[in-house]
Amino acid sequence: MRRKLQSAALHALLLVAAVLAASPLLWMLSASFMRQGEANASPPPLLPHAPTLENYRALFTSQSLGRYFANSVIIAVGGTLLGVLITAMAGYAFAKLRFRGRDPLFRVLLAGMVVPGQVAMLPMFLELRQLGLINTLFGAMIPVLAPIYGVFLVRQYALSIPDDLLDAARLDGAGELRIFRSVVLPTIAPVLVTLGVFTFLSAWNDFMWPLIVLSDDARYTLPVALANLAGEHVQDVELMMAGAVVTVLPVFLSFLFLQRYYIQGIMAGSVKG
Amino acid sequence: MTRPEDRSASRAAWAFVTPGLALIAVFFAIPVVGAFLLSFTDFDIYSIGDPANTRFIGLGNYRTLFTTPLFWTALKNTAYYVAVGGPLSVAVSLAAAIAVNAKAVRWKPFFRSAFFAPWVTSLVAVSLVWRYVYHPQYGPLNAMLGAVGIGPIDWLGNPRWAMPAIILVSVWKNFGYNMLVFLAGLQTIPEELYEAADLDGAGGWRRFRHVTLPMLGPTLVFVGIVTMIAAFQIFSEPYVMTQGGPLKSTLTLMLFMYEQGFRWWRLGFAAAVAVVLFLLTLVGTMVQLRLRRERTA
Repeated sequence: MRRKLQSAALHALLLVAAVLAASPLLWMLSASFMRQGEANASPPPLLPHAPTLENYRALFTSQSLGRYFANSVIIAVGGTLLGVLITAMAGYAFAKLRFRGRDPLFRVLLAGMVVPGQVAMLPMFLELRQLGLINTLFGAMIPVLAPIYGVFLVRQYALSIPDDLLDAARLDGAGELRIFRSVVLPTIAPVLVTLGVFTFLSAWNDFMWPLIVLSDDARYTLPVALANLAGEHVQDVELMMAGAVVTVLPVFLSFLFLQRYYIQGIMAGSVKG
Repeated sequence: MTRPEDRSASRAAWAFVTPGLALIAVFFAIPVVGAFLLSFTDFDIYSIGDPANTRFIGLGNYRTLFTTPLFWTALKNTAYYVAVGGPLSVAVSLAAAIAVNAKAVRWKPFFRSAFFAPWVTSLVAVSLVWRYVYHPQYGPLNAMLGAVGIGPIDWLGNPRWAMPAIILVSVWKNFGYNMLVFLAGLQTIPEELYEAADLDGAGGWRRFRHVTLPMLGPTLVFVGIVTMIAAFQIFSEPYVMTQGGPLKSTLTLMLFMYEQGFRWWRLGFAAAVAVVLFLLTLVGTMVQLRLRRERTA
């Protein structure tokens, strides 16, 4: 009896916590369908009186959110595809191919993981200015193109590829590129999916670097455009909530469908520390 | 004497690592070294026009930095955020992990996902949501507190409450990640240990104190340090929610660096702030390594 009561209490507690955790996101969704000014009431309304798509229409017409959405998609998808490919090649080579200086080089890379990315931002800005990459979508995707932790992640996984498998392919006369494509990539696919999911997430949500590197309004990503919008339309809560929904929705959907990659990725990767 | 196939294999290897290494060198290693060099110069808006206007000024930026009250304000605010937000975030994560992991709990995957969901959202987007939650007049938080007779509090407009408000947002957004790390750690604790504790008649708290905590020690240290290092880099929440105000009470190191570097274009001066961030991170990492060595020794 006492056990049952305890269990019920625990479930109630968890349920309340889950509702509290979800409430800001649910309210964001609800307010995005409210008429202009409706949210500014006391007490705050929980649901829209007469749901409207007006805010979304305004965002995609007068605020050209479609363009920012496209910029975000190009940066996140392009950065993820390029980044995963580059990282997979490097990680595999560090694990399975022999070349001079491989291990010392890898140790240097690992040591580099200590340095926070922000330390590099000021000189990187000047560098990109010299290269004419300021205000380009490519400039904004740079941080995800060759993450050191990604190289590390792929290398750890690729270490488990049996050498015999690679040698057999070589004996069959397969070139290194062919081996990479038809033997290595399929074998390390699981870690690449995990890496891809997290790369996409960090490219989509990144704020500080795009804010620095994209100065032209037409190149803004969703988070940068949203922060800008929030500065200009302080009072338009409903409009901002619709913008927030558009910004959050793609990663949220990806999370719903790829949950196990997110959750397993974190639960498997971190304990080793 | 190397065999020809060895040489071709090594060539292939270099072809595989070169794109990644080149990117890391050009867009990470060189800029990091550059940040140190930059911090010894007076690089400012005139240097952007013509780099020849840059002079080497030794430790000048650091001298200026350490006598700039705003820098100390930013450092103090960041330390507050790290010292309060870090432990709080870890504690909430641990509590959530233990609750979700309890044997009696059903729908574990549901709770796990519900608590983790905020972590995947864009900080800018949810900062805007919270800006409204904290609204002194219409915000749901004050409405709830008002119902029990508290408030109203101008969360983001009051220098005393602005940083706690930002800490609450960070904890809400991030605790799900560390919860998963703790869940993974909890699952490695052998069930027999709890059974033995039960036989000894240990209650919930003693089970936690004498079984869970010691077994989770390594994970706890790891999570604690990683959380702290990440906390030093806080930028987006104050940028969107308060712009560092009111009265600079939420001005953080990174916000200070951003404003000096990219609003006033004092890049040399801002680079000195970046070096300070690097040193703080280095100290944090060294503490972590020390703790880990003590554990294994």
